[in-house]
Amino acid sequence: MIKIKALSKKYKKSTHFAVDALDLDISSGGIFGVLGPNGAGKTTLISMLCGLIKPTSGNFSINGMNYQENRMELKQSIGVVPQEYSLYPSLTAWENLQYFGAMYGIPAKELGQLIEEQLKNNGLEDFTHKKIKSFSGGMKRRVNLIAGILHQPKVLFLDEPTVGVDVHSKAVIIQNLKKINKTGTTIIYTSHHLREAEFFCDTVAIIDHGKIISVDKPEVLIQNTPNAIHLEDVFLSLTGIKLRDYA
Amino acid sequence: MRKLFASLKKEYLLLSRDIGGLLILFLMPVLLVITITLIQETTFKSVRGANVEVLIVDRDHGKISEEIKKNLQEIPFLQPISTLEEKAITEKQASQLVAKGTYQLAVVIPEGLSEELNVLIDRNVEKIISGFSGGTEENSYSKEQKAPPKTIRLYFDPATQQTFRSSVQFSVEKMISKLEAQFIYKAFEQELGNSDGLQAMRTQNFVRFEKINPSLSGGEILPNSVQHNIPAWTLFAIFFLILPLSLNLVKEKHQGTFIRLQTSPVNYLTLVSGKAILYLLVCLLQFLLILGIGIFLFPQIGLPELQLQGNLFLLLIVTVFSGLAAIGLGVLLGTLFSTQEQAAPFGAILVILLAAIGGVWVPVFAMPGMMRHLATLSPMNWGLEAYYVLFLRNGSLVEIAPYLLALFLFFVVTAGIALLVYEKKKKV
Repeated sequence: MIKIKALSKKYKKSTHFAVDALDLDISSGGIFGVLGPNGAGKTTLISMLCGLIKPTSGNFSINGMNYQENRMELKQSIGVVPQEYSLYPSLTAWENLQYFGAMYGIPAKELGQLIEEQLKNNGLEDFTHKKIKSFSGGMKRRVNLIAGILHQPKVLFLDEPTVGVDVHSKAVIIQNLKKINKTGTTIIYTSHHLREAEFFCDTVAIIDHGKIISVDKPEVLIQNTPNAIHLEDVFLSLTGIKLRDYA
Repeated sequence: MRKLFASLKKEYLLLSRDIGGLLILFLMPVLLVITITLIQETTFKSVRGANVEVLIVDRDHGKISEEIKKNLQEIPFLQPISTLEEKAITEKQASQLVAKGTYQLAVVIPEGLSEELNVLIDRNVEKIISGFSGGTEENSYSKEQKAPPKTIRLYFDPATQQTFRSSVQFSVEKMISKLEAQFIYKAFEQELGNSDGLQAMRTQNFVRFEKINPSLSGGEILPNSVQHNIPAWTLFAIFFLILPLSLNLVKEKHQGTFIRLQTSPVNYLTLVSGKAILYLLVCLLQFLLILGIGIFLFPQIGLPELQLQGNLFLLLIVTVFSGLAAIGLGVLLGTLFSTQEQAAPFGAILVILLAAIGGVWVPVFAMPGMMRHLATLSPMNWGLEAYYVLFLRNGSLVEIAPYLLALFLFFVVTAGIALLVYEKKKKV
C-alpha cells in the first residue's frame, strides 16, 4: 500500500509547485496509471516515490516504509524502469543484468538463472552476450525492463515503458508486466499512451498542475464523462485542449 | 562486499573496452616520458658534442689571439674557424653570417690585445717588484694603468637558446681569465728568473672541483634526465586519470544508469569505491610500466638506465597516495559537472596547471618567489617531492611521510566534498 499525504515539491528556481499538496492512496497488487499532460507533475511524483528527489513538504510511505527511516529496505523492495535506456552500451545484456542484479544482493547462482529465464521470456536468449550498443530500441527497452524486475520487487515504477518501441516489443513488454503483476507486484505506471493505459491499468489517476483531478477505474471514468468512448476523451475533457509546452 | 566487487568488475569491463581511455592512461604517459627524455638528452648531447662552428675574427694577430684560438679548440663543443675561402674573416662579414644563422657564434678579438695586455702585465709586475725593493716608479705608471679595458665581442645567432649563450660565455670568460693568469706568472718568471714553483702554478690549477651528489642515506647518487623525468611524468600520467574518471561519472548520469543506481540499495561510497580501486590499480600499472621502460627500454635506445635508488615498496606507496589524490579530484569533478563538454576541457586544463605549478616542467627552485609558494599548494608537487626523496635523495619513509599525509588529506577533502555535493544535488 502506498500512502501519500500532502506531498509537495517546488524546484529552487521555479515559481510554482510541480506537485502541490497531493493526497493519494494506492492499494497493493494492482496496476496504477499516473496520467497527465506535459509538466503536470507525473515525473516529479514518481521521482519522489523512487527516492531520486526529496519532497519540499508532506510525506509518503510504501508498504509502511519511508526513505528517512528505512532507506535501504525501501529501495530493496521497489523496482524502477526509467524512460531512458539505463544500461551500459559497451557491456553485454548479461553483464548489464549481472551488475544491476548484484546491486540488489541477489546470490550469483540465483541471479544467473533469473537472467537466463528473463532473457528467454523476452525473446532475447540469442543476444545474451551481445553488447547493448548493437541492440534495437525495442530490445534495449526489454533489457531495461528486466534490469528493474530481477530482484522481484513488491512495487514496480515504470516511466513510459513502451515509448518508441515496435508493436511486437510492446506486446511482449505488456504481456510480461501483466505476468509480473499476477505474482503480487504493484505496478505504478506513467504513459502518454492513453489507449494502452486504458487496457493495461486497473486504476488511473489524472494529474494536472501538480494536483490529482480524477482517480478511478478507466471504465468508470469513461462512463462518468459525457460523450466519452475512450480514456483519451476523459483526459481531454479534464485537462482541456490547450498545448502544454515547457522549456 | 559483493556490491563493491560487482562495481569493480563493471568498471574493469568498461575501461578495458574504452580504447580512448586506455590510450590516455597508458600510451600517452609512455610516449611522453620517452619523447621528453630523448629530447632533453639529445639537446644536452648536441651542445656538448655537436661541434658548433665559431667564426674567429682575429684583429690582434698576436700571442694572445693565438692562445685564444688554441684554447677555443680545446673546448669540446666548439670548432673555431679563422678563415673563409682562405681569407681572414672581417667583423662585418661575421656579423652578417651570424645574423643569417649560417653560424651560431663569432668571436672578435680586438686589435692590439696581445700588445696592450703584455704591456699592462709587465708594468704591473715591475711595479709590484719595485714596490718590494723600495723603488719610486709607482707614480709614473699609475696614469698608463688606467687605459680602457679591451673588449672581446661575442656575436650570437638570435635563434640560439640562452643556456647555450651562457655556456659559451662562461667557457670563454674562464679561458681568458686562465690566459691572463698564465701571462702574469710568465711575466713574474721573466722578472724573477725561472722557478719550478712559478712554472707549476702557471701550468697547473691549484684549486680543483669535485662534484658530489649527497643522499639522505649517505651514499652517492648520480642524477640524470631519466632520474628526473620518470617521476615527473609518472605523476603527470597518474593525475591525468582525472579525465577518464570524471568523464566516466558524467557519462553514467547521461546514460541513465546513474538513476537506476540511485534507486538501488547501494550507497554512493560503494559505487565510487569500485571506481577508486580500479583506478588505483591503473596508477600502479602505469608506474610499473614507466619504471620498466626506464630500466629496460631506455638503455636500448641510447638513454641512461633508470637507477632504482629508493625502496620499491616506498615508491609504490607514493604512487598509491598520489593516485588517491588524483581519484579524489576526479570524483569531485565528475560529481560537480553534468556534461562531458564541461568536464573534459576543465579536467585537462586543471591537470596541466597543477603540473606546471607543481614543478613537473620547470623545477620549483627555478620559479620566481610567488610561484614557489604556489607550488606547495599543488598535490602534484607533493607527489613529485616524495618521488624525488626516494629517486634522487635515497630517503626513507620518515622523509616522505609529510607528503603522503598531504596527499591523503587532499583525497579525504575532495572525496568528502564530492559526497556532500551529491547529497545536496538530490535535494534539487
